[in-house]
Amino acid sequence: MANPPVAVELLNEQFGPHPAHVPPGGWVGRAQPEKIIKTHCCFCGMQCGIQLKVSKNQVIGFEPWEEFPFNRGKLCPKGVKRYLQGGHPDRLLTPMKRVEGQGFVPISWEEAFETTVREIKRIQAQYGPDSFAMLSGVSLTNEKSYLIGKFARLALKTANLDYNGRLCMVSAGAGNKKAFGLDRASNSWDDIVHAEVILLAGTNVAECSPITTDYIWRARDRGAKLIVIDPRVTPIARTCDLHLPVKPGTDSALLLGILRVLIEEGFTNEAFIAEHTSGWEDTKAAALAMSLEEVSRISGVRVEDIQKAGRMWGEAKTSFLMHARGIEHSTKGVDNVVSCINLVLATGRIGKKGCGYGTITGQGNGQGGREHGHKCDQLPGNRDISNPDHRAYICSVWGCTDEELPGKGHTAPEIMEMIHAGEIKGLLSICFNPLVSLPDSNFTAEALGKLEHYTAIDFFLNETAYHADVVMAGSLHEEEEGTSTSAEGRVIKINKVVDPPGEARTDTSIILELAKRLGAGKFFDHFTDSESIFNELRVASKGGTADYFGITYQRIVDEMGVFWPCPEEGHPGTPRLWEDYKFKTNDGKAHFNAVTYRPPAEEVDDEYPIVLTTGRVVSHYLSGTQTRRIGGLVDLCPDPYVEIHPTLAEKYGIVNDQWMRVESRRGHVVLKAKVVSTIRPDTVFIPYHWPGKKAANNLTNRAYDPVSGIPEFKRACVRIAPASGPEQ
Amino acid sequence: MIHLEQVQRADTVQTTPIVCMHCEDPACAAVCPADAIKKTPDGVVQSSLKPRCIGCTNCVYACPFGVPKYDAQIDQMMKCDMCYDRTSVGLKPMCATVCPSGALFFGTPEELAAERSGTPINEFIFGGKKVRTKVYLMVPAGTRALTVSTGALVRKSDLKQVVRQDG
Repeated sequence: MANPPVAVELLNEQFGPHPAHVPPGGWVGRAQPEKIIKTHCCFCGMQCGIQLKVSKNQVIGFEPWEEFPFNRGKLCPKGVKRYLQGGHPDRLLTPMKRVEGQGFVPISWEEAFETTVREIKRIQAQYGPDSFAMLSGVSLTNEKSYLIGKFARLALKTANLDYNGRLCMVSAGAGNKKAFGLDRASNSWDDIVHAEVILLAGTNVAECSPITTDYIWRARDRGAKLIVIDPRVTPIARTCDLHLPVKPGTDSALLLGILRVLIEEGFTNEAFIAEHTSGWEDTKAAALAMSLEEVSRISGVRVEDIQKAGRMWGEAKTSFLMHARGIEHSTKGVDNVVSCINLVLATGRIGKKGCGYGTITGQGNGQGGREHGHKCDQLPGNRDISNPDHRAYICSVWGCTDEELPGKGHTAPEIMEMIHAGEIKGLLSICFNPLVSLPDSNFTAEALGKLEHYTAIDFFLNETAYHADVVMAGSLHEEEEGTSTSAEGRVIKINKVVDPPGEARTDTSIILELAKRLGAGKFFDHFTDSESIFNELRVASKGGTADYFGITYQRIVDEMGVFWPCPEEGHPGTPRLWEDYKFKTNDGKAHFNAVTYRPPAEEVDDEYPIVLTTGRVVSHYLSGTQTRRIGGLVDLCPDPYVEIHPTLAEKYGIVNDQWMRVESRRGHVVLKAKVVSTIRPDTVFIPYHWPGKKAANNLTNRAYDPVSGIPEFKRACVRIAPASGPEQ
Repeated sequence: MIHLEQVQRADTVQTTPIVCMHCEDPACAAVCPADAIKKTPDGVVQSSLKPRCIGCTNCVYACPFGVPKYDAQIDQMMKCDMCYDRTSVGLKPMCATVCPSGALFFGTPEELAAERSGTPINEFIFGGKKVRTKVYLMVPAGTRALTVSTGALVRKSDLKQVVRQDG
């Protein structure tokens, strides 16, 4: 039984989200801070430095941290308002259990642990160890990510551990491994400033990684040209030199077209290609196989603009290419990533000052989290769980046998499909709200209803946890020490600012207690604090591509972050990769990957004639569990809406601010129209941060990239109609 | 007290932050019947003085930049005072400290000109009346003063013009 115990509306009343507009105690007579602690923002992969003001074990305000080199005091609205999540009225203060007809009632920690462990044992005895899955998230620190990776395999003894980075970084990771043999942005952001041309592919940097705009503008002030590939005029696209308004789901065609221009007009760096790469001939042939006219027809971008892009990229001496979920949330996510890398390699502009490439991590610790633990096919140090040598090394660090270490498990969306199919019966989740963030929310809700047991660890009661049997009150970002790794690959220190309030516990202590009760104490008892976990992570990552061995807590503090790989304590860290052109692939060369255009999973037809794409807004983060509770951010964007071009709106008789219905083969939403000429006339856009009747993911498609398993959030087909009011 | 204006969302995603320009001869202070708006010796125009402000909102209507806001809860006009609590102790104003894109900058016009393309100006012409301010605005090189007409600031970027729709 894992349906909400009472009506969702009643749970919303009790658990929120209630927007908090003022810090604990209010503005008037606000106490002077007892201390100001340097840490980082919890929202997004920029991981901006920030100082939090503390009084009486509560965060009461913030002060910019101007000395931190990445953001130099700069913050987006989420950073400015993040301090309001502490001391929040919705904060979970005790463990709880589901009581049918009553809701969630407080219980003791003993009961919470006892019930959870009993259910894990019962389900695994009855259905096998892999019938109990764990879902995790990369807002967690490296220490917690590592701990969860080890916990799921050795204590929970399940192969089925995966994480919400499956909705974020997996296409980029897979593409980078194919091309470079290593999964990290190739440069620190400092190289952006020295680039003559910057290409942004599917990345709304102003809203999703706001500090990146500062680097781009510093380059533009030095004369850099900016090319933006996006179906919408995003804030950074508004003033760019060339905007390529691609039709969602057709990016690889457009990128093939740009590569073709580079080849045909002689902009390729043949010496670099010959010496440092492999796979060029196939890639070149694939690019030449599609005419620019064909590329234009598929992608909806004019031939002359494709040519301009190729020339702008080709003529420059230095360049920086960045991409994000816009191209990665696709059934061709990995194809799109390697297509971008092909442009970088074709011109040989990598591994030098001002010559770079990087994917922009979406989540706080999207980079470090995926390297060290809770990805279903990975072991610490970005090792492969199917590789016998990698397994043997981790077994030696963990003190377990190969038989005790499960193999490759299923991805998060596959886990949800298996729950729906009755193959997985139990779930433990932390820091993941799949009911809001997975595609096809109605399907996810159905699946959750079939679980025999579900324990959720979180600090607010997120919408997925409404389906839980047991809820454990865990810790916020500012309540536990640790490290995270930013989009640049810079390992930074998260500091503990306050203690968890009430009876809430640190996530680490919850996981350690569960491990002990599951009889796996011998693998975990030596962990005394976050630093002891990090020190084991260092050893576990040693020799892997993501090598943290030389990074210590003290070094991170002293040097304001250290870039991995950093194999020894004397090693300075590696802000810029590939300066020696020794790539981490099997042949030591950078790999071109030939891409042939494939259509998206869903094509428009008479029934569903319009393309839907989804994304973020600057004031919200992921499934909104935190940001929908922060008043100032809710005020900036209280509800989702539908961006629609005036010609499309006129055709359907929809005017600005009017309610409209958007329907796909999976479900529907009724939201207000935002009639704007800044979106393609054949496409509508809905931000995805909301649950239930407002969820963009009611519409999205359960279609996945065959390599990375990422869902195709950026392309679904819908029909639209005016509506008379919101849905009751 | 800074606020953000969305210029004309139907046609552009442009937003503009509204900070006090700190006029040399502030219209808000000139029209204040209670003499509640003071300028510091270093040229910072302050929020209304609570004991004097009568909440008449003359200043709200008079300011050519749309800066002062009347706060009904406290019956007083509030505006950007360049974070006097911060700038008076050597810090930058909060807006210019945190601005992610560097659209807001705290420093001298010379420092700004050295770093950016364009020219910093502090002369604005509203309906033939020239206003000089302490705060500068970056404009394309060669511009000396800005004649303000909101329509001219809007750039229409309609994707219909550059999108192929026969595919």
